[in-house]
Amino acid sequence: MFRRQSGRYVASFAVDEVRVLRKVAGEVVGLLTDGFDHSDPVVGRLFPEVYPDDPTGAAEFRRYTEGDLKTAKIDQAGAILAALPDEAGGEVRLDAEAAEAWLRALNDARLAMGVRLEIKDGTDLGEELDDAVAEDPTSSRVFQLSVYAYLGYLQESLLNALIDGA
Amino acid sequence: MGGMAAPQVAPVETPATEEVPASDRPWVTIVWDDPVNLMTYVTWVFQKLFGYSREKAEELMLDVHHKGRAVVSTGARERMEHDASQLHAYGLWATVDRS
Repeated sequence: MFRRQSGRYVASFAVDEVRVLRKVAGEVVGLLTDGFDHSDPVVGRLFPEVYPDDPTGAAEFRRYTEGDLKTAKIDQAGAILAALPDEAGGEVRLDAEAAEAWLRALNDARLAMGVRLEIKDGTDLGEELDDAVAEDPTSSRVFQLSVYAYLGYLQESLLNALIDGA
Repeated sequence: MGGMAAPQVAPVETPATEEVPASDRPWVTIVWDDPVNLMTYVTWVFQKLFGYSREKAEELMLDVHHKGRAVVSTGARERMEHDASQLHAYGLWATVDRS
């Protein structure tokens, strides 16, 4: 988890964590590039309709802003990939700009997973995980829920480090 | 990303009286509740993007959380679209509407 150290935001990651973060950030990039599809609810969540009752206005807004927003989201996911050690555990040290990119990218990844996992208001993650384990401890849902919870802790620790250091 | 912008017009509800035609009413940026964004993150984003005090940002975040939505900025349409796209970059669910 992240802590502040001489103006940097520092965390140590085990090799498994590095792999998970690479996978998750890579999936976000994939979703925003080759896999970009407006009918995907994840894309709908990452690029909300700005005028829900005005399709023409919404389309126009999208035409002017979507490219930049997509680039920003790809860049912030890229900030995670760029700062992680290669295929090994190790330390990550972020300056303030990179830390903010990580925050936004972790949030994008959580939003994407939240849609896929059908996280709702009032969803109790511990309960969901218990249920999924009871059903099949080796299922992909157990893994995805664990990753989703982990990303939340990681994001919160980075946010706390940023707020404390402000 | 935008830095600490000057505080914008406070998101006070303008009474929608009949005498004011729709075309003269200002626009608003609305943030909607969602089950994923962390409350501390939403508060931080409001402070960061709008330069709101922590107290004000928290109040808005709680409005979003409890009432399902909150007006976070008010002004010209282009300005609200800019705010909404910034909020989208941070992953908040923002829309633009007339006040």
